Amino acid sequence: MKKRNYTLIAGTIMVLAAILIAIIAEFYTPYATDALSVSDKFLSPSLKHIMGTDNLGRDILSRVMVGMGTTIKISGMAILIGGTLGVILGTVSGYIGGFFDEVLMRINDVVASVPSILLAMVFIGVMGRGTVTVTVALGIAFIPSFARVVRGEVMNYRHRDFVKSAKLSGAGPVRIMFLHIMPNIKNTLLAAVATGFNNAVLAEAGMSYMGIGVQPPTPSLGEMLASSQSFWGLAPWYVIFPGLAIIYLVISLVIFSNGLKKNM
Amino acid sequence: MKSVIKKIITFTITLLLVSMVAFLMFQVIPGDSVLTKAGMNATPERIEELREAYGLNENIVVRYFNWLKGFVTGNGYKSYTYNMDVWDLVIPNLKATILLAGYSLIIILAVSIPLGTVLGYMSGKKKKSVSRKIGSLFDVVNQGIMAVPSFFLGIMISIVFGLMLKWFIPGQIVSLEDDFLGFIGAITPAAVAVAVPKIAMLTKFTKSSITENIRADYVRTARSKGMTLTSILFKHVLKNALIPVITVTGVISTEIFAGSIVVEQVFGIPGLGKVLINSISSRDYPVVMAAVVYSAIVVLTVNLIVDIAYRIVDPRMGGKS
Repeated sequence: MKKRNYTLIAGTIMVLAAILIAIIAEFYTPYATDALSVSDKFLSPSLKHIMGTDNLGRDILSRVMVGMGTTIKISGMAILIGGTLGVILGTVSGYIGGFFDEVLMRINDVVASVPSILLAMVFIGVMGRGTVTVTVALGIAFIPSFARVVRGEVMNYRHRDFVKSAKLSGAGPVRIMFLHIMPNIKNTLLAAVATGFNNAVLAEAGMSYMGIGVQPPTPSLGEMLASSQSFWGLAPWYVIFPGLAIIYLVISLVIFSNGLKKNM
Repeated sequence: MKSVIKKIITFTITLLLVSMVAFLMFQVIPGDSVLTKAGMNATPERIEELREAYGLNENIVVRYFNWLKGFVTGNGYKSYTYNMDVWDLVIPNLKATILLAGYSLIIILAVSIPLGTVLGYMSGKKKKSVSRKIGSLFDVVNQGIMAVPSFFLGIMISIVFGLMLKWFIPGQIVSLEDDFLGFIGAITPAAVAVAVPKIAMLTKFTKSSITENIRADYVRTARSKGMTLTSILFKHVLKNALIPVITVTGVISTEIFAGSIVVEQVFGIPGLGKVLINSISSRDYPVVMAAVVYSAIVVLTVNLIVDIAYRIVDPRMGGKS
Protein backbone atom coordinates (compact mmCIF):
# COMPACT_ATOMS: atom_id res chain seq x y z
CA MET A 1 0.00 0.00 0.00
CA LYS A 2 1.24 3.43 -0.84
CA LYS A 3 2.05 5.55 2.17
CA ARG A 4 0.34 8.91 2.27
CA ASN A 5 2.60 11.86 1.63
CA TYR A 6 1.75 13.92 4.72
CA THR A 7 4.48 16.44 3.99
CA LEU A 8 2.85 17.30 0.69
CA ILE A 9 -0.62 17.51 2.26
CA ALA A 10 0.60 19.82 5.04
CA GLY A 11 2.54 21.97 2.58
CA THR A 12 -0.42 22.27 0.23
CA ILE A 13 -2.75 23.28 3.08
CA MET A 14 -0.28 25.91 4.31
CA VAL A 15 0.26 27.38 0.84
CA LEU A 16 -3.47 27.43 0.14
CA ALA A 17 -4.10 29.16 3.48
CA ALA A 18 -1.65 31.91 2.53
CA ILE A 19 -3.31 32.35 -0.86
CA LEU A 20 -6.71 32.41 0.84
CA ILE A 21 -5.56 35.20 3.16
CA ALA A 22 -4.32 37.12 0.14
CA ILE A 23 -7.64 36.71 -1.65
CA ILE A 24 -9.63 37.74 1.43
CA ALA A 25 -7.40 40.78 1.81
CA GLU A 26 -8.41 41.86 -1.70
CA PHE A 27 -12.03 42.23 -0.56
CA TYR A 28 -12.01 42.56 3.18
CA THR A 29 -9.62 43.76 5.86
CA PRO A 30 -10.64 44.52 9.47
CA TYR A 31 -9.57 48.15 8.99
CA ALA A 32 -8.60 50.18 5.95
CA THR A 33 -4.83 49.86 5.44
CA ASP A 34 -4.43 53.61 5.20
CA ALA A 35 -6.76 54.61 8.05
CA LEU A 36 -4.61 56.92 10.12
CA SER A 37 -5.50 57.61 13.70
CA VAL A 38 -3.12 59.52 15.93
CA SER A 39 -4.94 58.60 19.12
CA ASP A 40 -4.64 54.88 18.30
CA LYS A 41 -0.91 54.73 17.66
CA PHE A 42 1.24 51.99 19.21
CA LEU A 43 -1.70 50.08 20.66
CA SER A 44 -0.49 46.68 21.81
CA PRO A 45 -2.25 43.59 20.44
CA SER A 46 -5.82 43.30 21.74
CA LEU A 47 -9.15 41.97 20.56
CA LYS A 48 -9.80 45.18 18.67
CA HIS A 49 -6.42 45.16 16.94
CA ILE A 50 -5.17 41.56 16.99
CA MET A 51 -1.66 42.52 15.91
CA GLY A 52 -1.69 45.99 17.45
CA THR A 53 -1.23 49.27 15.62
CA ASP A 54 1.79 51.05 14.16
CA ASN A 55 3.31 54.52 14.55
CA LEU A 56 0.48 56.11 12.53
CA GLY A 57 -2.29 54.19 14.28
CA ARG A 58 -2.88 51.84 11.37
CA ASP A 59 -4.10 48.30 12.06
CA ILE A 60 -1.15 45.93 11.60
CA LEU A 61 -3.27 42.83 10.91
CA SER A 62 -4.91 44.52 7.93
CA ARG A 63 -1.56 45.66 6.61
CA VAL A 64 0.02 42.23 7.08
CA MET A 65 -2.87 40.62 5.17
CA VAL A 66 -2.54 43.02 2.25
CA GLY A 67 1.25 42.82 2.46
CA MET A 68 1.15 39.05 2.15
CA GLY A 69 -1.05 39.48 -0.87
CA THR A 70 1.41 41.93 -2.42
CA THR A 71 4.28 39.54 -1.84
CA ILE A 72 2.39 36.56 -3.26
CA LYS A 73 1.25 38.52 -6.32
CA ILE A 74 4.73 39.84 -7.11
CA SER A 75 6.49 36.53 -6.49
CA GLY A 76 3.86 34.64 -8.45
CA MET A 77 4.11 36.93 -11.46
CA ALA A 78 7.91 36.89 -11.27
CA ILE A 79 7.93 33.09 -11.27
CA LEU A 80 5.45 33.05 -14.15
CA ILE A 81 7.71 35.32 -16.21
CA GLY A 82 10.96 33.63 -15.22
CA GLY A 83 9.48 30.15 -15.41
CA THR A 84 7.92 30.57 -18.86
CA LEU A 85 11.01 32.11 -20.43
CA GLY A 86 13.34 29.75 -18.57
CA VAL A 87 11.39 26.67 -19.63
CA ILE A 88 11.33 27.75 -23.27
CA LEU A 89 15.04 28.61 -23.29
CA GLY A 90 16.03 25.48 -21.37
CA THR A 91 13.93 23.17 -23.53
CA VAL A 92 15.12 24.57 -26.83
CA SER A 93 18.71 24.76 -25.65
CA GLY A 94 18.71 21.22 -24.30
CA TYR A 95 16.92 19.78 -27.31
CA ILE A 96 18.95 21.43 -30.05
CA GLY A 97 22.27 21.29 -28.21
CA GLY A 98 25.55 22.11 -29.93
CA PHE A 99 26.75 25.63 -30.47
CA PHE A 100 23.35 27.21 -29.82
CA ASP A 101 23.25 25.48 -26.43
CA GLU A 102 26.80 26.59 -25.64
CA VAL A 103 26.00 30.25 -26.36
CA LEU A 104 22.73 30.23 -24.42
CA MET A 105 24.34 28.58 -21.43
CA ARG A 106 27.17 31.13 -21.39
CA ILE A 107 24.60 33.95 -21.32
CA ASN A 108 22.80 32.01 -18.62
CA ASP A 109 26.04 31.93 -16.60
CA VAL A 110 26.37 35.68 -16.96
CA VAL A 111 22.92 36.31 -15.55
CA ALA A 112 23.40 33.69 -12.84
CA SER A 113 26.73 35.18 -11.76
CA VAL A 114 24.99 38.31 -10.55
CA PRO A 115 22.95 37.68 -7.39
CA SER A 116 19.24 38.04 -8.21
CA ILE A 117 18.71 40.89 -5.77
CA LEU A 118 21.57 42.82 -7.38
CA LEU A 119 20.20 42.19 -10.85
CA ALA A 120 16.81 43.42 -9.73
CA MET A 121 18.46 46.54 -8.31
CA VAL A 122 20.06 47.22 -11.69
CA PHE A 123 16.69 46.97 -13.37
CA ILE A 124 15.22 49.35 -10.86
CA GLY A 125 18.14 51.66 -11.57
CA VAL A 126 17.31 51.55 -15.26
CA MET A 127 13.52 51.54 -15.20
CA GLY A 128 12.73 53.38 -12.00
CA ARG A 129 10.97 52.06 -8.92
CA GLY A 130 7.56 50.46 -8.81
CA THR A 131 5.69 47.20 -8.57
CA VAL A 132 5.96 46.37 -12.26
CA THR A 133 9.71 46.93 -12.31
CA VAL A 134 10.27 44.72 -9.28
CA THR A 135 8.16 41.95 -10.81
CA VAL A 136 9.86 42.05 -14.20
CA ALA A 137 13.31 42.36 -12.64
CA LEU A 138 12.79 39.36 -10.37
CA GLY A 139 11.26 37.44 -13.26
CA ILE A 140 14.35 37.95 -15.41
CA ALA A 141 16.61 37.13 -12.48
CA PHE A 142 14.89 33.75 -12.15
CA ILE A 143 15.23 32.70 -15.80
CA PRO A 144 18.66 31.03 -15.42
CA SER A 145 17.68 28.67 -12.62
CA PHE A 146 14.68 27.40 -14.56
CA ALA A 147 16.58 27.19 -17.82
CA ARG A 148 19.33 25.12 -16.22
CA VAL A 149 17.02 22.64 -14.50
CA VAL A 150 14.86 22.14 -17.60
CA ARG A 151 17.83 21.88 -19.94
CA GLY A 152 19.38 19.09 -17.89
CA GLU A 153 16.13 17.14 -17.86
CA VAL A 154 15.49 17.62 -21.57
CA MET A 155 18.99 16.39 -22.38
CA ASN A 156 18.17 13.26 -20.38
CA TYR A 157 15.16 12.52 -22.52
CA ARG A 158 16.39 13.73 -25.89
CA HIS A 159 17.74 10.35 -27.00
CA ARG A 160 15.11 8.12 -25.44
CA ASP A 161 13.22 5.69 -27.62
CA PHE A 162 9.87 7.41 -27.28
CA VAL A 163 11.36 10.58 -28.71
CA LYS A 164 12.83 8.64 -31.63
CA SER A 165 9.53 6.95 -32.35
CA ALA A 166 7.73 10.29 -32.21
CA LYS A 167 10.24 11.64 -34.70
CA LEU A 168 9.72 8.65 -36.98
CA SER A 169 5.98 9.15 -36.95
CA GLY A 170 6.56 12.67 -38.20
CA ALA A 171 6.23 14.88 -35.11
CA GLY A 172 7.94 18.24 -35.42
CA PRO A 173 10.52 19.45 -32.90
CA VAL A 174 8.11 21.83 -31.15
CA ARG A 175 5.57 19.04 -30.71
CA ILE A 176 8.21 16.66 -29.39
CA MET A 177 9.65 19.24 -27.00
CA PHE A 178 6.43 20.43 -25.46
CA LEU A 179 4.02 17.50 -25.87
CA HIS A 180 6.31 14.50 -25.52
CA ILE A 181 9.18 15.57 -23.30
CA MET A 182 7.48 18.20 -21.13
CA PRO A 183 5.03 15.84 -19.34
CA ASN A 184 8.02 13.81 -18.17
CA ILE A 185 9.68 16.69 -16.43
CA LYS A 186 6.63 18.28 -14.82
CA ASN A 187 7.52 17.06 -11.32
CA THR A 188 11.01 18.50 -11.49
CA LEU A 189 9.53 21.68 -12.84
CA LEU A 190 6.96 21.94 -10.06
CA ALA A 191 9.70 21.56 -7.43
CA ALA A 192 11.70 24.25 -9.21
CA VAL A 193 8.65 26.52 -9.11
CA ALA A 194 8.26 26.01 -5.36
CA THR A 195 11.95 26.73 -4.70
CA GLY A 196 11.87 29.73 -7.02
CA PHE A 197 8.75 31.08 -5.34
CA ASN A 198 10.52 30.80 -2.03
CA ASN A 199 13.51 32.77 -3.30
CA ALA A 200 11.21 35.34 -4.88
CA VAL A 201 9.43 35.91 -1.57
CA LEU A 202 12.75 36.49 0.19
CA ALA A 203 14.06 38.77 -2.55
CA GLU A 204 10.87 40.81 -2.69
CA ALA A 205 10.80 41.23 1.08
CA GLY A 206 14.48 42.18 1.11
CA MET A 207 14.00 44.76 -1.62
CA SER A 208 10.99 46.42 -0.10
CA TYR A 209 12.88 46.42 3.20
CA MET A 210 15.64 48.41 1.50
CA GLY A 211 13.07 50.79 0.08
CA ILE A 212 13.63 49.87 -3.55
CA GLY A 213 10.76 47.42 -3.91
CA VAL A 214 7.07 48.12 -3.67
CA GLN A 215 6.56 51.77 -2.90
CA PRO A 216 4.25 53.14 -0.20
CA PRO A 217 1.30 53.55 0.22
CA THR A 218 1.00 49.92 -0.98
CA PRO A 219 1.59 47.90 2.21
CA SER A 220 4.39 45.37 1.95
CA LEU A 221 5.94 43.18 4.61
CA GLY A 222 9.47 44.42 3.95
CA GLU A 223 8.46 48.06 4.10
CA MET A 224 6.67 47.45 7.41
CA LEU A 225 9.83 45.90 8.84
CA ALA A 226 11.86 48.88 7.68
CA SER A 227 9.57 51.49 9.18
CA SER A 228 9.28 49.55 12.45
CA GLN A 229 13.02 49.88 12.89
CA SER A 230 12.82 53.15 14.83
CA PHE A 231 10.22 51.80 17.24
CA TRP A 232 11.72 48.48 18.28
CA GLY A 233 11.67 49.25 21.98
CA LEU A 234 8.28 50.96 21.86
CA ALA A 235 6.26 48.52 19.77
CA PRO A 236 7.87 45.10 19.35
CA TRP A 237 4.67 43.72 17.80
CA TYR A 238 5.16 46.11 14.88
CA VAL A 239 8.29 44.22 13.83
CA ILE A 240 7.36 40.69 14.91
CA PHE A 241 4.13 40.15 12.96
CA PRO A 242 5.31 41.17 9.48
CA GLY A 243 8.44 39.09 10.09
CA LEU A 244 6.39 36.06 11.12
CA ALA A 245 4.26 36.49 7.99
CA ILE A 246 7.37 36.25 5.80
CA ILE A 247 8.62 33.21 7.74
CA TYR A 248 5.20 31.55 7.40
CA LEU A 249 5.23 32.05 3.62
CA VAL A 250 8.74 30.64 3.30
CA ILE A 251 8.14 27.65 5.59
CA SER A 252 4.95 26.65 3.82
CA LEU A 253 6.72 26.78 0.46
CA VAL A 254 9.65 24.74 1.81
CA ILE A 255 7.33 22.06 3.22
CA PHE A 256 5.38 22.04 -0.05
CA SER A 257 8.49 21.52 -2.15
CA ASN A 258 9.82 18.86 0.22
CA GLY A 259 6.53 17.04 -0.21
CA LEU A 260 6.86 17.27 -3.99
CA LYS A 261 10.38 15.85 -3.83
CA LYS A 262 9.13 12.91 -1.78
CA ASN A 263 6.64 12.12 -4.53
CA MET A 264 9.29 11.89 -7.19
CA MET B 1 45.82 21.40 -15.25
CA LYS B 2 44.26 21.66 -18.68
CA SER B 3 40.79 21.90 -17.20
CA VAL B 4 41.93 24.64 -14.83
CA ILE B 5 43.16 26.71 -17.77
CA LYS B 6 39.86 26.08 -19.55
CA LYS B 7 38.01 27.26 -16.43
CA ILE B 8 40.06 30.44 -16.32
CA ILE B 9 39.32 31.17 -19.99
CA THR B 10 35.60 30.64 -19.40
CA PHE B 11 35.85 32.89 -16.38
CA THR B 12 37.37 35.68 -18.49
CA ILE B 13 34.76 35.35 -21.22
CA THR B 14 31.93 35.40 -18.68
CA LEU B 15 33.42 38.45 -17.06
CA LEU B 16 33.66 40.30 -20.39
CA LEU B 17 30.05 39.38 -21.15
CA VAL B 18 28.94 40.65 -17.75
CA SER B 19 30.68 43.95 -18.38
CA MET B 20 29.12 44.26 -21.85
CA VAL B 21 25.63 43.54 -20.55
CA ALA B 22 26.08 45.98 -17.67
CA PHE B 23 27.36 48.64 -20.05
CA LEU B 24 24.65 48.16 -22.66
CA MET B 25 21.83 48.16 -20.14
CA PHE B 26 22.67 51.67 -19.08
CA GLN B 27 22.82 52.91 -22.66
CA VAL B 28 19.11 52.42 -23.14
CA ILE B 29 18.03 54.47 -20.15
CA PRO B 30 15.68 57.27 -21.06
CA GLY B 31 16.68 60.66 -19.75
CA ASP B 32 20.06 62.29 -19.75
CA SER B 33 21.89 62.48 -16.48
CA VAL B 34 24.15 65.23 -17.83
CA LEU B 35 21.10 67.44 -18.09
CA THR B 36 20.32 66.70 -14.46
CA LYS B 37 23.81 67.57 -13.40
CA ALA B 38 23.99 70.75 -15.48
CA GLY B 39 20.79 72.06 -13.98
CA MET B 40 17.80 73.84 -15.43
CA ASN B 41 19.54 76.97 -16.63
CA ALA B 42 22.54 75.39 -18.32
CA THR B 43 23.60 76.81 -21.66
CA PRO B 44 23.99 74.38 -24.56
CA GLU B 45 27.75 75.04 -24.44
CA ARG B 46 27.94 73.99 -20.83
CA ILE B 47 26.00 70.78 -21.56
CA GLU B 48 28.27 70.03 -24.49
CA GLU B 49 31.28 70.61 -22.26
CA LEU B 50 29.98 68.16 -19.66
CA ARG B 51 29.18 65.55 -22.28
CA GLU B 52 32.74 65.86 -23.51
CA ALA B 53 34.12 65.60 -19.98
CA TYR B 54 32.19 62.41 -19.28
CA GLY B 55 33.15 60.98 -22.66
CA LEU B 56 29.56 60.71 -23.84
CA ASN B 57 30.25 61.98 -27.35
CA GLU B 58 32.28 59.01 -28.54
CA ASN B 59 30.63 56.12 -30.35
CA ILE B 60 29.41 53.20 -28.32
CA VAL B 61 32.32 50.81 -28.96
CA VAL B 62 34.92 53.42 -28.03
CA ARG B 63 32.92 54.26 -24.93
CA TYR B 64 32.77 50.62 -23.93
CA PHE B 65 36.52 50.19 -24.23
CA ASN B 66 37.21 53.43 -22.39
CA TRP B 67 34.92 52.26 -19.66
CA LEU B 68 36.58 48.85 -19.53
CA LYS B 69 40.02 50.47 -19.39
CA GLY B 70 38.80 52.46 -16.43
CA PHE B 71 38.00 49.25 -14.60
CA VAL B 72 41.36 47.66 -15.24
CA THR B 73 43.42 50.71 -14.36
CA GLY B 74 41.22 51.86 -11.50
CA ASN B 75 40.57 55.36 -12.80
CA GLY B 76 37.36 54.97 -14.66
CA TYR B 77 34.40 57.19 -15.02
CA LYS B 78 33.53 59.85 -12.54
CA SER B 79 30.39 59.69 -10.48
CA TYR B 80 27.65 62.02 -11.71
CA THR B 81 26.68 63.12 -8.21
CA TYR B 82 30.02 63.28 -6.43
CA ASN B 83 33.17 64.65 -7.91
CA MET B 84 34.89 61.33 -7.34
CA ASP B 85 36.10 58.36 -9.34
CA VAL B 86 33.62 55.49 -9.18
CA TRP B 87 36.52 53.32 -8.04
CA ASP B 88 37.13 55.43 -4.93
CA LEU B 89 33.42 55.55 -4.25
CA VAL B 90 32.65 51.87 -4.64
CA ILE B 91 35.77 50.04 -3.47
CA PRO B 92 35.74 51.01 0.26
CA ASN B 93 32.11 49.93 0.50
CA LEU B 94 32.73 46.79 -1.52
CA LYS B 95 35.53 45.96 0.93
CA ALA B 96 33.11 46.23 3.84
CA THR B 97 30.63 43.92 2.10
CA ILE B 98 33.33 41.40 1.17
CA LEU B 99 34.58 41.41 4.77
CA LEU B 100 31.06 40.86 6.06
CA ALA B 101 30.39 38.06 3.57
CA GLY B 102 33.78 36.45 4.18
CA TYR B 103 33.32 36.66 7.93
CA SER B 104 29.93 34.95 7.66
CA LEU B 105 31.39 32.28 5.40
CA ILE B 106 34.05 31.49 8.01
CA ILE B 107 31.39 31.26 10.72
CA ILE B 108 29.26 29.03 8.50
CA LEU B 109 32.07 26.63 7.67
CA ALA B 110 33.39 26.56 11.23
CA VAL B 111 30.00 25.65 12.67
CA SER B 112 28.24 23.57 10.07
CA ILE B 113 30.97 21.16 8.97
CA PRO B 114 31.77 19.82 12.48
CA LEU B 115 28.10 19.89 13.44
CA GLY B 116 26.99 18.19 10.23
CA THR B 117 29.68 15.57 10.61
CA VAL B 118 28.67 14.72 14.17
CA LEU B 119 24.97 14.58 13.27
CA GLY B 120 25.62 12.53 10.16
CA TYR B 121 27.80 10.15 12.13
CA MET B 122 25.09 9.77 14.77
CA SER B 123 22.22 9.14 12.38
CA GLY B 124 24.28 6.91 10.11
CA LYS B 125 25.25 4.54 12.89
CA LYS B 126 22.37 2.31 13.85
CA LYS B 127 18.73 2.19 12.97
CA LYS B 128 16.28 3.37 15.61
CA SER B 129 18.88 4.43 18.13
CA VAL B 130 18.51 7.51 20.32
CA SER B 131 21.14 9.37 18.32
CA ARG B 132 19.10 8.89 15.18
CA LYS B 133 16.11 10.49 16.85
CA ILE B 134 18.22 13.45 17.88
CA GLY B 135 19.25 13.66 14.24
CA SER B 136 15.68 13.83 12.96
CA LEU B 137 14.68 16.32 15.64
CA PHE B 138 17.51 18.49 14.42
CA ASP B 139 16.18 18.27 10.86
CA VAL B 140 12.92 19.87 11.93
CA VAL B 141 14.64 22.69 13.84
CA ASN B 142 16.96 23.16 10.87
CA GLN B 143 14.08 23.52 8.47
CA GLY B 144 12.62 26.26 10.61
CA ILE B 145 15.90 28.18 10.87
CA MET B 146 16.42 28.01 7.12
CA ALA B 147 13.13 29.81 6.56
CA VAL B 148 14.07 32.91 8.55
CA PRO B 149 15.16 35.73 6.24
CA SER B 150 18.59 36.95 7.33
CA PHE B 151 17.52 40.60 7.56
CA PHE B 152 14.66 39.71 9.90
CA LEU B 153 17.12 37.71 11.97
CA GLY B 154 19.34 40.79 12.00
CA ILE B 155 16.48 42.89 13.36
CA MET B 156 15.79 40.28 16.03
CA ILE B 157 19.47 40.13 17.02
CA SER B 158 19.54 43.92 17.29
CA ILE B 159 16.46 43.94 19.51
CA VAL B 160 17.44 41.07 21.78
CA PHE B 161 21.21 41.45 22.06
CA GLY B 162 21.44 45.14 21.29
CA LEU B 163 18.46 46.82 22.94
CA MET B 164 17.54 44.31 25.62
CA LEU B 165 20.84 42.73 26.69
CA LYS B 166 22.94 45.73 25.61
CA TRP B 167 25.82 43.61 24.28
CA PHE B 168 26.31 46.07 21.46
CA ILE B 169 24.84 49.33 20.27
CA PRO B 170 22.71 48.80 17.15
CA GLY B 171 23.82 50.98 14.29
CA GLN B 172 27.20 51.84 15.74
CA ILE B 173 29.94 51.02 13.25
CA VAL B 174 33.67 51.67 13.58
CA SER B 175 35.37 53.00 10.47
CA LEU B 176 37.16 50.27 8.56
CA GLU B 177 40.22 52.43 7.82
CA ASP B 178 40.76 53.56 11.40
CA ASP B 179 40.35 50.35 13.28
CA PHE B 180 40.21 47.05 11.43
CA LEU B 181 39.64 44.85 14.47
CA GLY B 182 37.07 47.28 15.85
CA PHE B 183 35.22 47.08 12.53
CA ILE B 184 35.28 43.29 12.59
CA GLY B 185 33.91 43.38 16.13
CA ALA B 186 31.17 45.78 15.14
CA ILE B 187 30.00 43.68 12.18
CA THR B 188 29.89 40.46 14.21
CA PRO B 189 26.11 40.62 14.87
CA ALA B 190 25.53 41.24 11.16
CA ALA B 191 27.81 38.35 10.19
CA VAL B 192 25.90 36.06 12.55
CA ALA B 193 22.58 37.18 11.05
CA VAL B 194 23.82 36.36 7.55
CA ALA B 195 25.37 33.09 8.69
CA VAL B 196 22.65 31.39 10.76
CA PRO B 197 20.16 30.43 7.97
CA LYS B 198 23.05 29.21 5.82
CA ILE B 199 24.52 27.25 8.75
CA ALA B 200 21.25 25.36 8.88
CA MET B 201 21.48 24.70 5.16
CA LEU B 202 25.09 23.54 5.07
CA THR B 203 24.72 21.45 8.24
CA LYS B 204 21.83 19.62 6.65
CA PHE B 205 23.84 19.03 3.51
CA THR B 206 26.97 17.88 5.35
CA LYS B 207 24.87 15.60 7.51
CA SER B 208 23.22 13.84 4.59
CA SER B 209 26.51 13.56 2.73
CA ILE B 210 28.18 11.92 5.75
CA THR B 211 25.20 9.61 6.38
CA GLU B 212 25.22 8.50 2.78
CA ASN B 213 28.95 7.74 2.88
CA ILE B 214 28.78 5.89 6.19
CA ARG B 215 26.32 3.46 4.63
CA ALA B 216 28.53 2.94 1.58
CA ASP B 217 30.17 -0.37 0.77
CA TYR B 218 33.71 0.83 1.33
CA VAL B 219 32.87 1.56 4.96
CA ARG B 220 31.54 -1.96 5.40
CA THR B 221 34.74 -3.35 3.88
CA ALA B 222 36.87 -1.25 6.19
CA ARG B 223 34.82 -2.37 9.19
CA SER B 224 35.16 -6.02 8.25
CA LYS B 225 38.90 -5.50 8.24
CA GLY B 226 38.57 -4.44 11.87
CA MET B 227 38.69 -0.65 11.73
CA THR B 228 36.54 1.26 14.19
CA LEU B 229 33.83 3.49 12.80
CA THR B 230 35.48 6.58 14.25
CA SER B 231 38.77 5.96 12.53
CA ILE B 232 36.97 5.15 9.26
CA LEU B 233 35.19 8.48 9.63
CA PHE B 234 38.39 10.45 9.90
CA LYS B 235 40.49 8.43 7.45
CA HIS B 236 38.01 7.79 4.65
CA VAL B 237 34.52 9.17 5.04
CA LEU B 238 35.36 12.82 5.63
CA LYS B 239 37.46 13.05 2.49
CA ASN B 240 34.69 11.67 0.32
CA ALA B 241 31.80 13.37 2.03
CA LEU B 242 33.25 16.86 1.96
CA ILE B 243 33.69 16.99 -1.82
CA PRO B 244 30.03 17.80 -2.56
CA VAL B 245 30.10 20.19 0.42
CA ILE B 246 32.71 22.27 -1.43
CA THR B 247 30.38 22.62 -4.41
CA VAL B 248 27.51 23.73 -2.22
CA THR B 249 29.80 26.24 -0.53
CA GLY B 250 30.27 27.86 -3.93
CA VAL B 251 26.52 28.22 -4.39
CA ILE B 252 26.10 29.49 -0.84
CA SER B 253 28.76 32.17 -1.23
CA THR B 254 26.71 33.93 -3.90
CA GLU B 255 23.73 33.90 -1.55
CA ILE B 256 25.84 35.12 1.36
CA PHE B 257 27.01 38.02 -0.75
CA ALA B 258 23.45 38.94 -1.69
CA GLY B 259 22.32 38.45 1.90
CA SER B 260 25.08 40.73 3.17
CA ILE B 261 23.87 43.54 0.92
CA VAL B 262 20.47 43.48 2.65
CA VAL B 263 21.66 42.79 6.20
CA GLU B 264 24.06 45.74 5.99
CA GLN B 265 21.01 47.98 5.95
CA VAL B 266 19.78 46.59 9.26
CA PHE B 267 23.03 47.39 11.04
CA GLY B 268 23.87 50.57 9.13
CA ILE B 269 27.11 49.14 7.74
CA PRO B 270 28.33 51.36 4.89
CA GLY B 271 28.65 48.62 2.28
CA LEU B 272 27.69 47.91 -1.29
CA GLY B 273 23.97 48.01 -0.50
CA LYS B 274 24.24 51.60 0.63
CA VAL B 275 26.14 52.66 -2.50
CA LEU B 276 23.61 50.90 -4.70
CA ILE B 277 20.57 52.39 -3.02
CA ASN B 278 22.08 55.88 -3.05
CA SER B 279 23.23 55.71 -6.64
CA ILE B 280 19.94 54.24 -7.82
CA SER B 281 18.05 57.05 -6.09
CA SER B 282 20.24 59.75 -7.59
CA ARG B 283 20.43 58.06 -11.01
CA ASP B 284 24.19 57.92 -10.72
CA TYR B 285 24.63 55.29 -13.43
CA PRO B 286 28.43 55.02 -13.56
CA VAL B 287 28.37 54.08 -9.88
CA VAL B 288 25.56 51.55 -10.32
CA MET B 289 27.41 49.96 -13.26
CA ALA B 290 30.65 49.82 -11.32
CA ALA B 291 29.01 48.32 -8.25
CA VAL B 292 27.36 45.63 -10.36
CA VAL B 293 30.48 44.73 -12.31
CA TYR B 294 32.67 44.62 -9.21
CA SER B 295 30.16 42.37 -7.45
CA ALA B 296 30.03 40.08 -10.46
CA ILE B 297 33.84 39.91 -10.37
CA VAL B 298 33.71 38.90 -6.71
CA VAL B 299 31.04 36.25 -7.26
CA LEU B 300 32.74 34.82 -10.35
CA THR B 301 36.15 34.74 -8.64
CA VAL B 302 34.77 32.87 -5.66
CA ASN B 303 33.12 30.37 -7.98
CA LEU B 304 36.37 29.94 -9.89
CA ILE B 305 38.30 29.30 -6.67
CA VAL B 306 35.68 26.79 -5.52
CA ASP B 307 35.83 25.06 -8.90
CA ILE B 308 39.61 24.76 -8.80
CA ALA B 309 39.58 23.64 -5.16
CA TYR B 310 37.08 20.98 -6.12
CA ARG B 311 39.38 19.66 -8.80
CA ILE B 312 42.36 19.60 -6.46
CA VAL B 313 40.47 17.75 -3.74
CA ASP B 314 38.83 15.27 -6.08
CA PRO B 315 41.31 13.99 -8.70
CA ARG B 316 38.53 12.06 -10.42
CA MET B 317 37.20 15.37 -11.73
CA GLY B 318 40.50 16.32 -13.36
CA GLY B 319 39.79 15.04 -16.85
CA LYS B 320 36.25 16.32 -17.26
CA SER B 321 35.50 19.89 -18.06
